[in-house]
Amino acid sequence: MKIAVTSKGPDLDDQVDPRFGRAAYILIVDSETFDFEVLNNKENVNALKGAGIQAAGMVSDNGAEVLLTGFCGPNAFKTLNAAKIKVASDAKGTVRDAVTSFIEGKLTISDQANVEGQW
Amino acid sequence: MIISIASGKGGTGKTTVATNMAVSIGSDVQLLDCDVEAPNAHLFLNPVIEEEKSVFTPVPEIDEEKCTFCKKCAEICRFKAIAVIGEIVLTFPELCHSCGGCMEVCPENAVTEIGRNLGVIETGHKNNLHFVHGRLRIGEAMSPPLIREVRSYTRPDQLTIIDAPPGTSCPVIAAMKGTDFVLMVTEPTPFGLHDLKLAVEAVKLLGIPRGLVINRSDIGDNRVKEYAEKENLPILMEIPFDRKIAEAYSRGELIVEEMPGWKEKFLKLYDNIKEMAV
Repeated sequence: MKIAVTSKGPDLDDQVDPRFGRAAYILIVDSETFDFEVLNNKENVNALKGAGIQAAGMVSDNGAEVLLTGFCGPNAFKTLNAAKIKVASDAKGTVRDAVTSFIEGKLTISDQANVEGQW
Repeated sequence: MIISIASGKGGTGKTTVATNMAVSIGSDVQLLDCDVEAPNAHLFLNPVIEEEKSVFTPVPEIDEEKCTFCKKCAEICRFKAIAVIGEIVLTFPELCHSCGGCMEVCPENAVTEIGRNLGVIETGHKNNLHFVHGRLRIGEAMSPPLIREVRSYTRPDQLTIIDAPPGTSCPVIAAMKGTDFVLMVTEPTPFGLHDLKLAVEAVKLLGIPRGLVINRSDIGDNRVKEYAEKENLPILMEIPFDRKIAEAYSRGELIVEEMPGWKEKFLKLYDNIKEMAV
């Protein structure tokens, strides 16, 4: 299974970026092998609006089934939901920690956005 | 001629100046209240409202039967108001700025426009004064399209006075742009001065001739006058912090209808503007 994790850097040992739409990077991690792809989210970091929608599209295009992040707004959540991507908004530590926690069932799948738009 | 009345800071007396000047002139004049988030010129004027109409801005609707999910519409939208996820197209009408780009690029003609309600426009009159204002729908984020719609009521053969919203961003620019003169209203306080400077910089960018009214002119300090002198911003009127003026205001009454001598002052103000406007 492919897991998308928002990250402050391009590596598994970088810290989870709690922001979704405006995260520095999004890593797409294979839950079995821990092989990963790096998506540079540079364009979205300074987007006027709709960063979450755009990032959700990227995550979907790269085939992730789950997103691990910190904060997810309503438009991003709506888009992820349409793409049938599960969202856990309580990811912490490094990207590797977050994926491990998810595999161990320690993260919570959200049923709604956990912040307002434009937070 | 179109005169816009702006300030930067809210509550300096834009509406007081706009309504009193308009009523003093009396005929062949219209007042457009473009402060659509909090319009209140009508409270001074008590105009007879003759017509109300709702205003809509176009937002996209996707026909998923025709759509091939090519994403061209999502790619051209700089506000991300459309997302294509597999074979699902999501639209976010509240993010749409109504540019029409999505309709333009769609190779399948799958995008049509539906309306998002921006608010209402009410038109009427007080004696020979033509009155128009907009009321932005509660929850609507974009006021410029409604402001432009209010301005579409401009009658070129008359004097048009625009009561602009406070601030220095899109709404006030929509209200001032293309006007012949900007009359700025401030108060001689640190707050009035600070926001006046911002507003003057905005008007400079638009390249419109400008003048200043200092309201509550005998309070505060001298720094607004010093700034005006340095900027070559002519002070066209000073309104003192007078108990009778404050009382008239607190009852929603016009100075020119309650106090002798003020109608002449506002007419003189208009004469001065006519000489300075392009």
